[in-house]
Amino acid sequence: MAKTLFDKIWDKHVVQQVQDGPSVLYIDKHFIHEVTSPQAFKGLEKRGLKVFRPQQVVATADHNVPTINQHLPIKDELSRIQVQQLIENCKKHDIELYGLGHPFQGIVHVIGPELGITQPGMTIVCGDSHTSTHGAFGAIAFGIGTSEVEMVFASQCLLQSHPKLMRINIDGELPDGVVSKDIILYIISKITSSGATGYFVEYAGSAIRALSMEARMTICNMSIEMGARGGMIAPDETTFAYMKGRQFAPGNGQWEEKLEQWKTLFSDEGAVFDKEIFIKAEEIEPMITYGTNPGLGIAINGTIPVADSIPDEGERKNIIKALQYMGLEPGKPLLGMPVQHVFIGSCTNSRIEDLRQVAALVKGRKKNEHVHVMIVPGSQQVARQVKAEGLDKVFAEAGFEVRQAGCSACLGMNEDKIPAGEYCISTSNRNFEGRQGAGARTLLASPLTAAAAAITGVVTDVRDLTPRPPEGGVGKTTKEAIN
Amino acid sequence: MIPLKKIHSRFVPLPPENVDTDQIIPARFLKATTREGFGKNLFRDWRYEHDDENRPKPEFVLNQPQYSGEILVAGKNFGCGSSREHAAWAIQDYGFKAVVSSFFADIFRNNSLNNGLLPVTVSDAFLAQIFAQGNEATLTIDLESQSITIDATGQQEKFEINPYKKTCLLNGYDDIDYLLSIRPAIEAFEGQPH
Repeated sequence: MAKTLFDKIWDKHVVQQVQDGPSVLYIDKHFIHEVTSPQAFKGLEKRGLKVFRPQQVVATADHNVPTINQHLPIKDELSRIQVQQLIENCKKHDIELYGLGHPFQGIVHVIGPELGITQPGMTIVCGDSHTSTHGAFGAIAFGIGTSEVEMVFASQCLLQSHPKLMRINIDGELPDGVVSKDIILYIISKITSSGATGYFVEYAGSAIRALSMEARMTICNMSIEMGARGGMIAPDETTFAYMKGRQFAPGNGQWEEKLEQWKTLFSDEGAVFDKEIFIKAEEIEPMITYGTNPGLGIAINGTIPVADSIPDEGERKNIIKALQYMGLEPGKPLLGMPVQHVFIGSCTNSRIEDLRQVAALVKGRKKNEHVHVMIVPGSQQVARQVKAEGLDKVFAEAGFEVRQAGCSACLGMNEDKIPAGEYCISTSNRNFEGRQGAGARTLLASPLTAAAAAITGVVTDVRDLTPRPPEGGVGKTTKEAIN
Repeated sequence: MIPLKKIHSRFVPLPPENVDTDQIIPARFLKATTREGFGKNLFRDWRYEHDDENRPKPEFVLNQPQYSGEILVAGKNFGCGSSREHAAWAIQDYGFKAVVSSFFADIFRNNSLNNGLLPVTVSDAFLAQIFAQGNEATLTIDLESQSITIDATGQQEKFEINPYKKTCLLNGYDDIDYLLSIRPAIEAFEGQPH
């Protein structure tokens, strides 16, 4: 029988079935971080247990770490205690920790893939909803709560019910200036922030196949923002080329064998999904959000919806409430609106390709004097690559502040916050009220759209940005700068 | 976990839809390393002006003494966003035993069940009927019969719950007890070729 990609992996990981209940699902890799693990370790110890399979757990400190002076003791006492506790717990339970100061430290969803820990066909969990990122490799990856972290510690298994399956097909060629972040913001704007709740999503189609691994990660990362438990993309030559030679990827002896297995990971012709959605890549434009959930997005050159025109009462009230919080007016465009902050970072868009795109656009330009621009690389490895490629000089000349690896202003846990009432174009994944700091107003967009706003100081359509000053006498169009 | 069978109580109405876990408990309060004490920061930024406990926002329902009870009744898509279990802990620590909505985000629902906080999914129409009740109205949630009743009117609706989870809640079992009991099967599974 024709099988979906999801079921090929799921079926291989079911240990047994609970009568009238969920499946016992075996977990291959468990990523942990400082914020959602301490209570799980405590629970485990209360039961007098040790971590069952410590060699399948990888830890890092990312959510709550400062992004400057990481070599110094953490100033905030509670943050320091939390990070210290992770160090002690990992030591006690023999878990590999890429903590502050380690060359592999970084945002958990950036380091897993870049180290080759994330692999096709795996089941991967982490106490973080953006674990869906790892699905870009053709893995079943999803976020879990702390009680579930404790379950995986205790048994390397989780009790899970089989989700419904959805496939989102995006065919065609993306227009200029449109990148993977725009694809996912477009999808969420179409199906709403709860449109995929109860589903696991597979992304397919020629537009997806044409994307790099890092671009695919951006899409899978935001699956949770439409309610999906996870998102996944079948592995292909792009995946294998990305993985080959990475630190923890299968070595020479095992590579060929693994590759043969990975090549069987795709949804068979005729596999049935509970729901399928078809999107033409040509329809997608650079996207931006105006509201307080990621589903409230529009094309960058569009206008903010007028709530009166929305038939559903609950949805209408949502938009009214959102616009009130955001200080925006219905029926007006966002283009040209001043912003005070630009944040380029987070597990959605802090990888080297994101930063290369930004650098290509801003090279030879300066940021607008009224905008504060923060670039936070996703990991120490990305930060080193930025330096190796000289991108740090481009950013410094543009007046951008480059900080150290961590989750930073995506969730406002450390000191990187956006002040109340101010606007931030952010490459992160959530525009919830207060997400980037109490009262902060977040506009989600791609790294290109964020970089464009950094230069102009206002919401800008990257396609309208005037060509850069000539380099050695030859001017480049915006299109060339992007590509 | 404490066994949960029946809840008979007044309720606190929270009609907005898409209430995300960042509203339930903002990230800056996630620095604690224990499960207790999150209730005082439940809905922190909707509850207080400028993050100041001495300046409660009078329009927010938790600051209105006429509303109280062990049941939170919320608009659809409750608990979306971050996987932080702290959201379920905060609701429970505040004193709620059940949350009623017409739609729950997946991870929040799981987190609630894992802590003995009962998520009750009702139809949009039934939810609207609950919201239409006055602040003195009471609800009865009976897990055994999987029913929720508006006591004053007698209107009742059945709700779905996974039979395994129901057994866990009724008896106060948790998944870890079960998973530990099948460790031999897990070890056997690990030994098989994959």
